[in-house]
Amino acid sequence: MSVEIEVNGIKHKIDAEPETSLLEILRDDLGLTGTKYGCGESQCGACTVLMNGFPIHSCVTQLSDAADSKIVTIEGIEKNGHLHAVQQAFIDEGAMQCGYCVSGMIMAAVGMLNRNPNPNDEEILMRMSGNICRCGSYPRMMAAIKRASRTIRGVK
Amino acid sequence: MSFDPELQTADVEMSRRSLLKVLGGGILVLASVPDAFAWAMSQRGQTLPQKIGAWVHIGPDNKITVLTGKVEVGQNARTSVTQAVVEELRAPLGSVEVVMGDTDLVPYDMGTFGSRTTPTMIPQIRRAAAAAREKLTDLAAKKWGVDRTKIHLSAGKITSGIHSASYGEIAKGQPFDEPISEHVPLTPNKDWTALGHPTQKVGIRDFVTGKHEYTSDLKRPGMLYAKVLRAPSFGATLKSLDTSQAETLAGVRVVHDGDFVAVAAPTRRLAEKALAAIKSQWNEKPGPSSKEIFKLLRGDDKIASSKTPDGAKALTATYTAPYIAHVPLEPRAALAEWDGVKMTVYTGTQRPFGVRPEVATALGIPEKQVRVLVPDTGSGYGGKHSGDAAVEAAKIAKALGKPIKLVWTRVEEFTWAYFRPAGVDEIASAVNPDGKVVVWEFDNYNSGSPGIETPYAVPSPRTDAHRTESPLRQGSYRCLGATFNNFARESHMDELAHEVGMDPLDFRMKNLPADSHLRTVLQAAADRFGWGKEKPAAGHGFGIACGQEKGGSIATVVELSIDSQTKEIQLLRIVNAFECGKILNPDLLKNQVEGAVIMGIGGALFEAIEFANGQILNPHLGRYRVPRYSDIPKIETILLDRPDLGSAGAGESPILAIAPAIGNAIFSATGTRLRALPMGF
Ligand code: FES
Ligand code: FES
Repeated sequence: MSVEIEVNGIKHKIDAEPETSLLEILRDDLGLTGTKYGCGESQCGACTVLMNGFPIHSCVTQLSDAADSKIVTIEGIEKNGHLHAVQQAFIDEGAMQCGYCVSGMIMAAVGMLNRNPNPNDEEILMRMSGNICRCGSYPRMMAAIKRASRTIRGVK
Repeated sequence: MSFDPELQTADVEMSRRSLLKVLGGGILVLASVPDAFAWAMSQRGQTLPQKIGAWVHIGPDNKITVLTGKVEVGQNARTSVTQAVVEELRAPLGSVEVVMGDTDLVPYDMGTFGSRTTPTMIPQIRRAAAAAREKLTDLAAKKWGVDRTKIHLSAGKITSGIHSASYGEIAKGQPFDEPISEHVPLTPNKDWTALGHPTQKVGIRDFVTGKHEYTSDLKRPGMLYAKVLRAPSFGATLKSLDTSQAETLAGVRVVHDGDFVAVAAPTRRLAEKALAAIKSQWNEKPGPSSKEIFKLLRGDDKIASSKTPDGAKALTATYTAPYIAHVPLEPRAALAEWDGVKMTVYTGTQRPFGVRPEVATALGIPEKQVRVLVPDTGSGYGGKHSGDAAVEAAKIAKALGKPIKLVWTRVEEFTWAYFRPAGVDEIASAVNPDGKVVVWEFDNYNSGSPGIETPYAVPSPRTDAHRTESPLRQGSYRCLGATFNNFARESHMDELAHEVGMDPLDFRMKNLPADSHLRTVLQAAADRFGWGKEKPAAGHGFGIACGQEKGGSIATVVELSIDSQTKEIQLLRIVNAFECGKILNPDLLKNQVEGAVIMGIGGALFEAIEFANGQILNPHLGRYRVPRYSDIPKIETILLDRPDLGSAGAGESPILAIAPAIGNAIFSATGTRLRALPMGF
């Protein structure tokens, strides 16, 4: 069976069972390996991508659910060689150690800031707590998210 | 293994080819590599190769290639090695490439553990880079006919008066195969421009764009995805197997060798389907459960304790820690390729030179026919010393003659990796009314001796680590058993302080030797915290603790509150003071210290593996809680720089003090002493 999905602005026809996970399609079929597997059970956030602007866990999203929607992965937020504000903020704050959680973290943060460019601490904690950083870079990531929020809002 | 010249020659030939490929014909390559191999194969870790070229190459394109057996698992070794080369070779940051953990190319190395990269590898790389710098100076002096004191190296350029050349132009055609002189001048700390300064993680852009390829991201033409059939419980043996249904699926291949059964297919979903189609029966055996584990580990040996001196107060207490999992966010993964002669395995491991013989033995081929490469890995924390996935992928790849990718699921990682050992600590002590500890007897069961020696000045302390049979596979962890032994000791010191009615900080100071580094970190953390102040409200507690391991000293102070109804523990503030000698990169150091502390929160409050009859009962992140954003309070970290000392590693020791500091704060809030990890009501 073939399903059409749009990823990072490009339409793809995918030949796979409709219940195949979006994560597998992205990584194996489309070669977009920036999105990571961490648990496959919607518990770690490593596989976070945007679906119609909202952060979702692609490991538990079936291909059929992604049909006809717009998917954006970590590979799709850089525009004309310019990093997204959240990506740049992660660099500026040195917000990582091994980096494995970073794609998911950035996508969750982008999704949050899309909805509310100025979240307070409580909202950040709530919206980001589905994403695990086992290396414990949370304080830096918190700082990075706030920095990105300032950049997006154009305040110093 | 004894020295075998034949083996050495074969290795040299092979490594020459691969090195040439990697370095694109860098001229210093050929002369250098035999050295590393001779040493690796003959010495097995006794000494380091002495020739410059075993460590550093300068290509005609000015590219500087550094070779090290250390690997990058998030501790930023790649960055600190780069800094060391930039510093000593006066090279631009972008010109340095570090080849890490490729067993065909780099000098033998025991592994990335025990916080050894900073104290041993960094000095070695600095010496090699400095020797290369001196050699370039000599070559330029000779070429231009000027005195070597008139030669200047800076930003990848060699200059003298009107002369100017790049490193590549000067190095051209010259093998750097002379030994690194013992007296090679290293750049003094005060002149450092790269080391000791904050430097961004090397390649950070690739991590924020998703371009960095971990082992699990690698692909090869014709590659198959593999799945391994897992036994239903530890130690189970195969009774019957029926793979006929799986084999009817187009494209599926089955590998069966004794109890090892695996499937491989062109897609992951097909491999999963094939695995599910296998019918198997197993002989299982009963085993103990996590409920009775401490009784089992403790056994019933009687330990005679010594007499309490007159006037002293005696205290005995037992502390426990469960098995916990490392939970690296990237589960074990491997990509294996067999070309009929050589097995090449990419895998995330902390010990590439340990995995090489593992794979060789499993395949029944000589070690020289195995090459292990380690892409920068999604962390390890002491949990990736073995080559489990590498061995499995290699077996399948050899059987099928196809490149094989195997990525463990989270459940497999929770179940079939090894655990931080569970342990029991018994402490029998006595303290004089003036606060001097006069008896100290410490018995550990199962989790081991690291960190068992007390840093306090106690007359003739006795410490024993008793070995026991562990029902679960256990192994290394961040700081090994020290985390737990330090929890027991620092909790007990707190108990003794309260026994004699002394402030826990004063009590520690009274019992620490005058020259202990712990005094400085304790004082620094206490000052920043405002130790001694009033608690802001009922249900709040303050706790302090310290610890020392592998040249690093940490003190942590915690403020928390406990809900009087729900008994929920909420961390409010953590203050750390850390010292590990001369600081090489303050920014990355701070990140690492705080990362270790945050990991320690998990062990202190949440993490425990539950098991029964050879099965892990909670192999899911939904049932095995690790720290998340919302668990992390405000953290402040003071780094104490000691330029007069060598630099120690910091990946491990900062984890030591958080759990006892939390336990001590819980006591301060409630008057209840919790002696079992993870702590909770
Ligand atoms: S892999 Fe999807 S949430 Fe963990
Ligand atoms: S940086 Fe390693 S898991 Fe987040």
